[in-house]
Amino acid sequence: MAEPIVRVQNVSKVYRRDSLQIPVLQNLSLDVPEGEFLALMGPSGSGKTTLLNLIAGIDKPTQGSITIGGTDIATLSESALAGWRAQHVGFVFQFYNLLPVLTAFENVELPLLLTPLSKKERREHVETALGVVGLSDRMKHYPKQLSGGQEQRVAIARAIVTDPTLIVADEPTGDLDRKSAEEVLALMEQLNSEFKKTIIMVTHDPQAAAKAHKERHLDKGELK
Amino acid sequence: MKIIKLMFRNIFRHKLRAILTMLGVAVAVMAFGLLRTIIATWNSGSSNAAPDRLVTRDKASFVLSIPLADMQQIEHVPGVKEVSYMNWFGGVYIDQQHFFPRMACSTNIWDAYPEYVVPPDQLKAYNDDRHGCIIGRKLVEKYGFKIGDIIQLAGDIYPGQWQFVVRGIYTGNKPTIDETAMYFHWEYLNEYLEKNNPSHANNVGWYVVKIANPSNAAQVSAEVDGLFENSSAETKTETEKAFQAEFVAMYGAIITGLQIVSYVIIGIIFLVLANTMVMTARERIREYAVLKTLGFTTAHLATLIAGESLSIALLGGAIGIILTFPICAGFGKAFADFFPLMVMEPMTFILAGGLAVLVGILAAIFPIERVMNMKIIDGLRQVG
Repeated sequence: MAEPIVRVQNVSKVYRRDSLQIPVLQNLSLDVPEGEFLALMGPSGSGKTTLLNLIAGIDKPTQGSITIGGTDIATLSESALAGWRAQHVGFVFQFYNLLPVLTAFENVELPLLLTPLSKKERREHVETALGVVGLSDRMKHYPKQLSGGQEQRVAIARAIVTDPTLIVADEPTGDLDRKSAEEVLALMEQLNSEFKKTIIMVTHDPQAAAKAHKERHLDKGELK
Repeated sequence: MKIIKLMFRNIFRHKLRAILTMLGVAVAVMAFGLLRTIIATWNSGSSNAAPDRLVTRDKASFVLSIPLADMQQIEHVPGVKEVSYMNWFGGVYIDQQHFFPRMACSTNIWDAYPEYVVPPDQLKAYNDDRHGCIIGRKLVEKYGFKIGDIIQLAGDIYPGQWQFVVRGIYTGNKPTIDETAMYFHWEYLNEYLEKNNPSHANNVGWYVVKIANPSNAAQVSAEVDGLFENSSAETKTETEKAFQAEFVAMYGAIITGLQIVSYVIIGIIFLVLANTMVMTARERIREYAVLKTLGFTTAHLATLIAGESLSIALLGGAIGIILTFPICAGFGKAFADFFPLMVMEPMTFILAGGLAVLVGILAAIFPIERVMNMKIIDGLRQVG
């Protein structure tokens, strides 16, 4: 059997607030095979976003190891982790998190500024990514000139433009109307089926989770 | 799209705030430049002093005069080339508001001050007329005097109505030379004193002693003062620079005050810019967290923040420096009697530009420190 692309082993996460210790994840293990589309579900405060943040390398576990594509990211330094994220992870946030002063094209181009690609190569990549999400005609639009669904599609284009190993999405449809949410989910399905992208999506929406190949439920820091 | 482009877009994100902050920096730099220029102008007298000129005056006070008879003795001191003399005249032209320096002087004073240039024919006409006077070019510009005009002064130190015929107009051989003074024959003044106040006749205000070798200034000064030691009019001889510096020192507290205020202004604008940058960073903390998430390092973000702060400071500083020229010129015009020539030193502008850069860098420290210590997950939770 092939090695999973994401391996979470015995991970615990405890947040400290003053003298208070708040355990969020407890001795949790999870394997995600390459090409998987996984939905993490659970009630508020169950730890699903924390788990996603740990897998995405924007937070560190209190104990345990997280191996992505053979790299134990829990041992990487902050700067090494930043470089690793730029290369291996595409992020889709609930509130899109586009930079309002940049056009759709420039927002998608952002992660490529950290690569050695030439301007011409960057342009090609950005145009391809925006083409995949169906926004080739909105390249010069600023976020405030786009609908919520279009903003999220630009965010998805930004997530895929570097051709990352893994796409993590935190409530990607949480701020969208049903129609826009369907479009975004269809796009994510397409990324998974057509481009073979491994996707981990946090959601509390059962209809969104139904689009994934697999659902895992978190409750009180434990995977069910 | 480069980071630098993002930086410039960020600067003008809140146009009004950015423009007001830049104008704040501009006004502060301009005020700094104006104050430093006033100080430089104030000090410019001593910077024009020649190293080969000594000034001999009464030891007790500058306002006391010393005997004309001392001149012969001073002339014989080894190392002395030539001795000339002057008296402060005072007087009122039109009213007290129309002040300009007026001095009675020996005929050879023009040899001692080669930087005051008088056309030879005018100097001859002046020497031939005991009531003649030579005035600075700026007095001609201000009052429209011309050769042959009569200037009437009301005496205050030396009471009476005084009339002088303009026989010459001097110009400075460099821009820092004061061109607002009036010089006339000491003999004219002395004639008056012999008639009206004989006990004060045949005295001079101070001697200007030209020496052969500036490096012997201390020795010559000591020898001159030694001649009159224990006399009724002991003298104090010093270099012209030291003599003029004494005048400046009389206003030392004011000058020091101006210097402190000039730096306080820069300090205030630092706080204003720092506040702007802290506010800016707080508003964008989520965006910085997103950038960090995408793989941008703390160094990238520090460049973004410092670049923005520096750009505001530099743009504001440049506007301030440009504004300093007309402001100083206007100030000089408005107070031409006290500041005949505003001395705008290159160092003032180097300092102003340097301080603008420093303010820009320092103002970025607080937001950079905040972004450096920000955890991505905390930043992403921030509501902008």
